[in-house]
Amino acid sequence: MNTKKIKGFWLFVILSIIVYFAVQMAANIGMVNNYHVNTLVYICINIILAVSLHLVIGITGQFSIGHAGFLAVGAYISAIVTMKLSLPFPIALIIGGIVAALTGLIVGIPSLRLRGDYLAIATLGFAEIIRIIFLNIDAVGGAAGMQVTKMTTWTSAFICLFITVLVIVNFTNSRHGRACISIRENEIAADAMGINTTYYKVAAFAIGSFFAGIAGGLYAHNFYIIQPVQFGFLKSFDILIFVVLGGLGSLSGAVISAILLTIVSTFLQSYPETRMIIYSAVLIIVMLYRPQGLLGTKEITDLFKRKSVKGGS
Amino acid sequence: MEKRPLLKVNQAGISFGGLKAVSGFDLEIHQGELVGLIGPNGAGKTTSFNLLTGVYVPTEGDIFLEGVRLNGLPPYQVTRKGISRTFQNIRLFNDLSVLDNVKVANHSRAKHSMLSSILRLPSHFNGEKEMEDKSIELLRIFQLEHVKDELAKNLPYGQQRRLEIARALAAGPKLLLLDEPAAGMNPQETHDLMELIRFIREKFDLTILLIEHDMNLVMGICERIYVLDHGQLIAEGLPEEIRSNPKVIEAYLGEEVSSDA
Repeated sequence: MNTKKIKGFWLFVILSIIVYFAVQMAANIGMVNNYHVNTLVYICINIILAVSLHLVIGITGQFSIGHAGFLAVGAYISAIVTMKLSLPFPIALIIGGIVAALTGLIVGIPSLRLRGDYLAIATLGFAEIIRIIFLNIDAVGGAAGMQVTKMTTWTSAFICLFITVLVIVNFTNSRHGRACISIRENEIAADAMGINTTYYKVAAFAIGSFFAGIAGGLYAHNFYIIQPVQFGFLKSFDILIFVVLGGLGSLSGAVISAILLTIVSTFLQSYPETRMIIYSAVLIIVMLYRPQGLLGTKEITDLFKRKSVKGGS
Repeated sequence: MEKRPLLKVNQAGISFGGLKAVSGFDLEIHQGELVGLIGPNGAGKTTSFNLLTGVYVPTEGDIFLEGVRLNGLPPYQVTRKGISRTFQNIRLFNDLSVLDNVKVANHSRAKHSMLSSILRLPSHFNGEKEMEDKSIELLRIFQLEHVKDELAKNLPYGQQRRLEIARALAAGPKLLLLDEPAAGMNPQETHDLMELIRFIREKFDLTILLIEHDMNLVMGICERIYVLDHGQLIAEGLPEEIRSNPKVIEAYLGEEVSSDA
C-alpha cells in the first residue's frame, strides 16, 4: 500500500519535470510562441485556483463561493510588495499567500459556522467586501487599477503549481485530510468521533486561501495591470465551475476541467459575445449527462488500478 | 467501600422552549457495567444520549465522567474524554472505505502534525502506519477485514452496524453508548450482536450503556436497566425487577412481555 503511494509520488515528480522541460525547450527553439506560453501560465494559475478551492469544497465539503476575494488579496498584496516596496518576486508571492491565508482565517472563523446556502452567501459577500475595499484605496489605483511589471514566467508558475498540488495531495492523504473528508461525509458523526470540526474547516479554508493568494500573485504579475473588476463574483464562479465540472472531491478532475475550460475560453476570446453562451452550453451539457462531474469522486490514478472491482454508483 | 462511579448524571435535563424533553435524569454507571436504557418511543432515550455526548448542552443538572464535569463541552472533546457512541440511524462516512472510517475515529489518538504530513516527515509515516495497524486489528475483531477497501455505503446492513461499533471503539472510549444496535436485525443477527457486545466488553475492558427496543437483547445481557417515559426516569433496577415493575408494565412493557412469555 505504502510503496504504491511512494511510486505514485515519483511518477508525479518525473511527469512534472518532463512537462516542464518539454514546454521550456519548445519555447526556446521557438516551437511555441509567447502567446502560447502565456496561455500555459494562465492554465497553471487556474489549476492552482481550482485545486485550492477543491480542498475547501471537494474535500471538506464547505460550499464557499468567494474564492476570487482571496485571489484579489494575493494579487494586490504581492503587487504592493514588488511595486511599492521593491522586494523580489518570490517573497512577494509568499507574502501575498500569507496575507490571503490570514484573510481566510478572518473570513472563515465566523462564516464557517454556517452551513450550505448560508455559507455560500456569506463567502460571496465577504469576497465582494474585499473587492470593494481595494476599489476604494487610492494608493492601489482604485477602479483604474494598478500597474504591475510582468514577472510571472513559465518557470515560476509551474513551480508554484507543483508545490500546490504536492501540498494538497499530501494533506488529503493523511489523518488531517481524512478528518476533513469525514466532515464532508457526516459532520455530526465526525464530531462524535473526536474530530474538532471547526478547526479542520478553518484550516482547510486557510490553506485554500493561501494558495489562492499565491495564484493571485502570479496573476497580478502576468497581465501588467490589475483592477478590482477582475475579481468580481464572476471570477469566483469561474473557479467554482472548475471544481464542480471536474467532480466534487476529485483533484485530478479539478485539474483536468481547469485545463479544458481555460483552453476553451482562450479559444473563444476573439468572440466575446458568444463566449459565455458556448461556455454555459458546455456546462449545461456536462451537468445533464454527468451530474457528478467529469471524474465524479474518483482520481485519474484510480482508472489504472484493478478494473475488476465495480464501484458503487 | 463505595467506588466512584464512572459516569454520574445528576438531575440532568433539557428543555426545548417550553417542552421538557428530559428532566431530572439520574444515572450512575460503574466501571465494567453493562446497563440498558429503555422506554417507549419518544421517551427521551436518544435525547439523553445527546446530552451525555455533548450534542445538547443540558439546561439543568450535571454530568460527570470520572469526576470531571462534562457540561458544555463540545462533542469531540467529550469523545476524547472517553465517551464514544453509535447512532440510531447509521451515520457512517459513506464515501470512505471501511478502513478509513475506522481510521477517522483513530484520529485524536495519533500525534503527527499537519506540517509533518504536508512535508511527509518520518513521523507522518510512522503515525499513519500505526493508525493503519490499529484499525486493521479492530476490523479483524469485527470480522470486517475482508471488506476493508469497500466503501462503507456498499456494505450490507448488518456489517454497517458492526462497522459503526468498530468505529466507536477506535476512538478509545471508556464508556460506549450504543443507540439501538439491534434495530432492523433478524433474531440470528441479534444473537450474534449479543455475543459481540459481551466479547468486546471483556476484550476492551469497557463499560456499556445501550438503548434498545429488543427485549430479548436487553433482558439477556444488561445487568441493570433504567426506564424512561415522557422524559422522566420511572424505574431502575435488575432485569427481573423491571419485568415485574407495575409502572414499567403500564408504560411500556405490558404487551411485549405478555406476548413473549
